[in-house]
Amino acid sequence: MINPLFAFLGGVDPWIFACSFVTVVVTVGMGFWSAKTSKTTSDFFVAGRAVSVGWNASAISGEYLSAASFMGVAGMVMSSGYDALWYPVCYACGYLFLLLFIAGPLRRFGAYTIPDFAEGRYDSPVFRKIAVVFVLFIGFFYTMPQMKGAGTTLAYIFPGMPYWGGVVLVGVVITLNVALGGMKGITLVQAFQYWAKMFAISVPVFVLMGVFGFYNGHLGATATATTPAVHVASVERKPLVEKAPADSAWIAPFGPLTTKAAKAAGLSNEQAKPYSLLYTYSLIMALVCGTAGLPHILVRFYTNPNGVAAKRTTMWVMILIGIFYVFPPIFGVLGRNLLPELYAATGAKGTDKIVLELPRMINERYGVWGSIMSGITCAGAFAAFMSTFSGLLVSMTAALAHDVYGRMLRPDARPAERLKAFKVAAVIVGGVAILLGTQVEDLQINFMVGQAFAIAAASYFPLLFMSVWWRNMTTKGAATGMLGGGLAALACTTIINLSDLKKVDLNAFWATHPLIRILCEQPAIWTVPLAIGLMIVVSKLTAAQVPSDIRMKMLVLHAPEQLGLKQEYIQEHAAGTGH
Amino acid sequence: MVHSESFLRLLMRRQLRLSIASAAAFLVALLGMPLLNYFAPTFMATRVGGFTLSWLILGVLFFPFVWIISWIFIQRSIALEDEEVAEVRRGKEQAK
Repeated sequence: MINPLFAFLGGVDPWIFACSFVTVVVTVGMGFWSAKTSKTTSDFFVAGRAVSVGWNASAISGEYLSAASFMGVAGMVMSSGYDALWYPVCYACGYLFLLLFIAGPLRRFGAYTIPDFAEGRYDSPVFRKIAVVFVLFIGFFYTMPQMKGAGTTLAYIFPGMPYWGGVVLVGVVITLNVALGGMKGITLVQAFQYWAKMFAISVPVFVLMGVFGFYNGHLGATATATTPAVHVASVERKPLVEKAPADSAWIAPFGPLTTKAAKAAGLSNEQAKPYSLLYTYSLIMALVCGTAGLPHILVRFYTNPNGVAAKRTTMWVMILIGIFYVFPPIFGVLGRNLLPELYAATGAKGTDKIVLELPRMINERYGVWGSIMSGITCAGAFAAFMSTFSGLLVSMTAALAHDVYGRMLRPDARPAERLKAFKVAAVIVGGVAILLGTQVEDLQINFMVGQAFAIAAASYFPLLFMSVWWRNMTTKGAATGMLGGGLAALACTTIINLSDLKKVDLNAFWATHPLIRILCEQPAIWTVPLAIGLMIVVSKLTAAQVPSDIRMKMLVLHAPEQLGLKQEYIQEHAAGTGH
Repeated sequence: MVHSESFLRLLMRRQLRLSIASAAAFLVALLGMPLLNYFAPTFMATRVGGFTLSWLILGVLFFPFVWIISWIFIQRSIALEDEEVAEVRRGKEQAK
C-alpha cells in the first residue's frame, strides 16, 4: 500500500527529479555555507562592498534572469508569437537605460537602496518612508510570477502534486535560506546561478535543434500572410490544436497578445491595428523604464569598488543577459511545432512549462537523453525562480527590517535585535509572497513580470531620473509624482489581474471599452508621463523648498569619484547638522 | 573651481549630452521597429533563411546592437571623467 503522503511521487521521472534535487541542495547548501562566513549585520545588507567585476556581473545577471526569462519568455513566444519578443529585448535594453542615465550618478551618491537615495537627495526621512513602500509593492508583484514558476515546475516534476503545493514548498525553502544566509551568500550563489541558467537553457536548445531541426527551419515552417511556409526536410510539424493562434497572426507583429482587447470588442483586423501599436509602445516603455526602478537591481551597483568598475560591470551584464535572451524564444518556436497540445491546457499545465517539457521529446529517439535534458532545464528553472525570489526577499526584508523596524519602530535597537528583526521580516515577507503566489496560477509568468516593471516604471524610474538630472525638484514634487504615477499603475494592474483571475467580472465593460482595457493592462504610456508631469508641476509650485545645498548634491551626483567630493560632502553635512 | 556654478553646469551638460546621444541612437531603432512593422508589413515579413526580417532583427540582431551602443557609451564616459579630473587638477595647479 502506498502511503498517501507520497502518492504524488507516482509518475516521477528519476532523471528530472535528480537534476532538480541537486540544484536545490547546492543552492541551499551554498546559502548555509556562506551564512557561516557572514556574521555581522552589514554583511547582510550589502555584501561587504568589494566584489570583482566578473563575479558582480554574473551575480547581477543571475539575479536578473528570473522565472520570466527562463520559462515565461518561451511560454509567451509559444502562445503569442512575435509580440512576445518585446519582452526579452526590452529586458536587455532596460539595462542600457539604467547605464545611460542612472547607474553612474547613483553610485557616486553612495546610497545603498532607492529609499536611501530618496532620503539623501531630499534630506527627508519622511520621504524615505514613502519611498520604501514601493519596494514592497514592486517586490510582491515580482514574486508572484516567481511563485508561479515554482508551482509550474514542481507540478511538472511531480505530476500528482497540486500547483499550490509547489509554491509552498519552494517558498518555504527559500525563505528559510534567506533568513539564515543573508546577502553575502547570495552574491556567490547568484553568480553561480547565472552560469547554471546559461548552461541549462543553451545546451538543451542545441541538442533539441540537432535532433528536431534548427530555429530558422522551425520558424520557416510557419506561413506568414504574404509568404508561404518554407519546408525543410528535417522539420516535422504536428497539427495545431483548436486553441492555438493561426500561423499568420502568430508569426507577424500585432498578433494575439496586443490585439486581444480590440478583438474582444469585435473590431476587425484593420481596426485593431492602431490599438495594437499603442499596446506595443506602452509595453516597451514599461519594460525599458521599469528595469531602472527594480528594487533588487540597483543595490548591486554599490558592490563595485569604483565607478569605472561599475560601468564595466554593466557592460558585462548586457552581454551576459543578451546572449541568454536569444535562447528562450527558440523553445517557444520549436514548441509550437512539436508540442502543440500545450495550447489546449491552462494554468500550470499550459505553455509556461514548454521549457521544461520540450527536451523530453528527445526520449522518442535517444532513450533517456530527453529526460536528462529536461532535468537540466528543470534545474535551470529552479535556479531562476530561486535566485530572483531570494534577491527580492533580501531587498524587501531589508526594507522592512532596516527601514520600518530599524528607523521607524525601534531606532535604538541593538545589532543583535536588528539581526533578529531581519529574520522575522524575512519570514513575514516570504509568507505573504507564498500566499499571493498560490492565487495566480492562471496568469502568464511573463505577463506578471511585465506588470512589476510597469509599476517600477511609473514610480521609481521618474524619481531616479528626475532627481538625478533636474536640480529644481522638491521633496513634495518627487513624492507626488512617485505616488501619483506608481499608485495609478498599481491600481490598473491589480484591476486587470482581478478581472483575469475572474474575481471581478469586467468582461462586458472591457468589450465596450477596448482602449481603457489596453491602458489598464499596459499603463506605462500614460502613468510615466503622469508621474514626471506631476513632479514638474508640484516642484514649480513649491520652488522655495528646493534643498539649500542642491549644488553640492548635484556635484556629488555628477562629478567624477576621483575628485573626492563625496567625502567633502559628508564632512560638511555632518558639521552643518551637528551630528 | 570645482564648487562653481559654471563647473556643475558644464559637467551636467556634457554628461547629459553623451547619455542623450546614446539613448537617441538606441530609441530610434527601438521605437522605429513597431513603425516599420506597422507601415511596411510586407517588407518586414521578407524571409531571411527561414526567419522573417522582423523576427531576425528583434530576436537576434538587437542584442549586439545594444552592446555596441553601451560599449561606445562606456568608453566615452570614462574618457569624459578622466578629462574632467584632469581639468580640475590643472585648475588647482594654476590657482597655487
